[in-house]
Amino acid sequence: MTPKTLLWLQSGGCGGCSLSLLNAENPHLLDRLSQSGIDLLWHPSLSESNGPEFLSLIQSICEGEQALDILCLEGSVMMGPNGTGRFHLLSGTDQPMFHWLQKLAAKAKQVVAVGSCAAFGGITSAGINIGEATGLQFDSEQPGGLLGDQWRSQSDLPVINIAGCPTHPDWVTETLMLLAADALDQNQLDEYNRPRFYTDHLVHHGCPRNEYYEYKASSEKPGDLGCMMEHMGCLGTQARADCNIRPWNGTGSCLKGGYACVNCTAPGFEDSRHSFMETPKLAGIPVGLPTDMPKAWFVALASLAKAATPERLRKNAVAERLIYPPRKETKSKEVKQKGEGKKR
Amino acid sequence: MTLPTGKTVLGPLNRVEGDLEIRVEVAQSDDGKDRVQQAWVNSPLFRGFEVILQGKAPLDALVYTPRICGICSVAQSVAAASALANYMEVVPTDNGRLATSLTLACENLADHLSHFYLFFMPDFARAGYQSQPWFDAIQKRFRAQVGEVVNQVLPARAGFMQMTGILAGKWPHSLSLQPGGTSKALGSSEQVRLLMMIRSFRQFLEQVLFADTLENVAALENREQLNAWAASHAQSDFGRFLSLVEPLQLDQLGVTRNTFLSYGAYDIPSNSSQPHLFKQGVAQWQKQSLKNGGLKSKKLDTTLIEEDIAYSWLVGERAHPYQGNTQPDADVPGYSWCKAPRLDGNVAEVGALARQVVNGHPLLLDLVKTDGASVMSRVVARLLEFALVVPAMEQWCQQLQVNEAFCADQSRQPSSGKGQGLVEAARGSLGHWLNVEDGRIANYQIIAPTTWNFSPRDQQGVCGPLESALQNIELNNAGDAAELHECLPIQHVIRSYDPCMVCTVH
Repeated sequence: MTPKTLLWLQSGGCGGCSLSLLNAENPHLLDRLSQSGIDLLWHPSLSESNGPEFLSLIQSICEGEQALDILCLEGSVMMGPNGTGRFHLLSGTDQPMFHWLQKLAAKAKQVVAVGSCAAFGGITSAGINIGEATGLQFDSEQPGGLLGDQWRSQSDLPVINIAGCPTHPDWVTETLMLLAADALDQNQLDEYNRPRFYTDHLVHHGCPRNEYYEYKASSEKPGDLGCMMEHMGCLGTQARADCNIRPWNGTGSCLKGGYACVNCTAPGFEDSRHSFMETPKLAGIPVGLPTDMPKAWFVALASLAKAATPERLRKNAVAERLIYPPRKETKSKEVKQKGEGKKR
Repeated sequence: MTLPTGKTVLGPLNRVEGDLEIRVEVAQSDDGKDRVQQAWVNSPLFRGFEVILQGKAPLDALVYTPRICGICSVAQSVAAASALANYMEVVPTDNGRLATSLTLACENLADHLSHFYLFFMPDFARAGYQSQPWFDAIQKRFRAQVGEVVNQVLPARAGFMQMTGILAGKWPHSLSLQPGGTSKALGSSEQVRLLMMIRSFRQFLEQVLFADTLENVAALENREQLNAWAASHAQSDFGRFLSLVEPLQLDQLGVTRNTFLSYGAYDIPSNSSQPHLFKQGVAQWQKQSLKNGGLKSKKLDTTLIEEDIAYSWLVGERAHPYQGNTQPDADVPGYSWCKAPRLDGNVAEVGALARQVVNGHPLLLDLVKTDGASVMSRVVARLLEFALVVPAMEQWCQQLQVNEAFCADQSRQPSSGKGQGLVEAARGSLGHWLNVEDGRIANYQIIAPTTWNFSPRDQQGVCGPLESALQNIELNNAGDAAELHECLPIQHVIRSYDPCMVCTVH
């Protein structure tokens, strides 16, 4: 099999998806690429050549002399100021980076947006979006972006959006492996053209705080062990990713690190209408409910669960470390604890 | 105001964490050789984080600022958490300080590792050095993507970064670093796992990078001892780098004598006499003073920091970051999106070398006294930090009190106030300045390490550190872009600063 060529470019982003990619283990990143038959033509952090050598490479792709199988963009497309793209002229060319992206995307068999910036605009498009940052084929939730809703790659696929801020290294390498094997089709992409192998999950799946969630035993401040949905702004019950099934950096996840999921795989995640670290509520009820859950049921179940919350979870939820481990208490100890409770 | 048009353009430059363009003017010098006369450093990407942050809830800075940079993400978080703590008047817990220092040290050392092996050394394996007697051995080991080191370094780096999975949930872009400490209370089993990871990394460093103990490397005191060490450790990667110093005169390359600045690195618990592992301060050159080879230590006064925008595509005034603003305008005369930070009017170099000079490490003081800051001393300082920081990490990990709190109460959020957060990222001093009004961020200014090092000229026309470090580099053929790119000394000088271009403008 001839290797598939890959060109990786960066624009209005932080480079964090590339750095995260370097965390790939067993095998490491470069082995993963070579073993899946990918020939890395150029990557800004890894390649030897630069300057004229790089410019002649992209020129020869634009002129059709060099075949390009996969084009990856990391970072938002910078359209500003006033649509001129001068917020990022590709150095050495005096040309807006978005011009180069348009030309290269037309030649690529597949185009991949790595990270929420390249997919939807992401963090760089937050606030007043001073940079006029957009995604390759979406501008936040709106189809369009740089290439337009109708755009299709030479393999008749839309831009594949590996959303995430940052992306998990496996999300990227597995997508690339599927592309290299010609094994990725439209059915494997969700409504935002994200690979379903990770967005068919909710961050809630496998969350180590599930028992607290079940009983609505909630965390109240950073470091508390309880569920972070009710007060701490956690969006894990709505967020589409497998972060608690596929660990980060060995064993981690945002929830395991003690902080809320900010739903970074979703278009528009960057502009929370409230603070990221606080749950917005209406009449005491969180505004954003778990995916598909009718409000009345949520309220009924939550109040039932709250009434049934074991002492163990109620206390543990607002502590940094376990006060009551899940062991069966002896009768005499239970009495003693009840007595202590009265004194307080 | 002369603007750099019609000069030879260097770029795009890779392995610099972002996009970089440099214009140079080459001409024949008095010695008859073609040399770089002047350089203009352009940071070509503007994203506008300081504008994005306006109007946001103060604590949301913890979500936005790490995303300024994927390689200094924890440093950005720590600077934001510290600016917030300053504004909220929160004192972080001792455990929080230790866990923060461990997380930051993990990022900083992983960055030093990526820089040395993936960004810096591959330039010595480029075809331009083919005729050199040392080339075969060096290119076998360090060639980009295919050198032997890749199979050792990528697993060592990823394994070491598993510390962040325990300490901070993930890397980059964690939210665990809070004004009151950290949101992850560690238990004793996590403590022993962290210790194991630090020791495994030590093992990698002692076998591959140094072929010696960290303690022996940390104890090197001067150039003479370093040369002797290099001769007897030629089969270590540090030894391999040192073997190139003489043939390529790396101690005479990229030489500058700018003020050194360090905000102080690794905040450690308050009961210790020194609040940082590496102290805060400024080291300035004094032509008259013989002591310290002309270097004089001064206390840092952050009120003397200003950002100049005379040559930036920005409108406004030169100002202290509390008063600064960021208003881009591509049509004003200028040549970079980067501002020009100055300390008491002076250009300053930041990074591992500045940190170690300010902290008074004898080896770096000796190197700098003799030759000034150079490609060699910048790289030596970075590698020396492995030997200094890893043993400290082992101690911090053992100092964690796993039954005590990690995060202090941070419920007090005044509706207005100011805060300053200073931290040392791998590549140098990073500062955040926050103003809160009516419970929202009214102004947020950031000065990143590469903003200092790759600053454009200021209103006096004074060059930034890289701009002056590039002057006088010899070229074979003036004015030709391909020739300029093949001039490898230029590439060594640029990367000796370990630039982070995404942080520079932000």
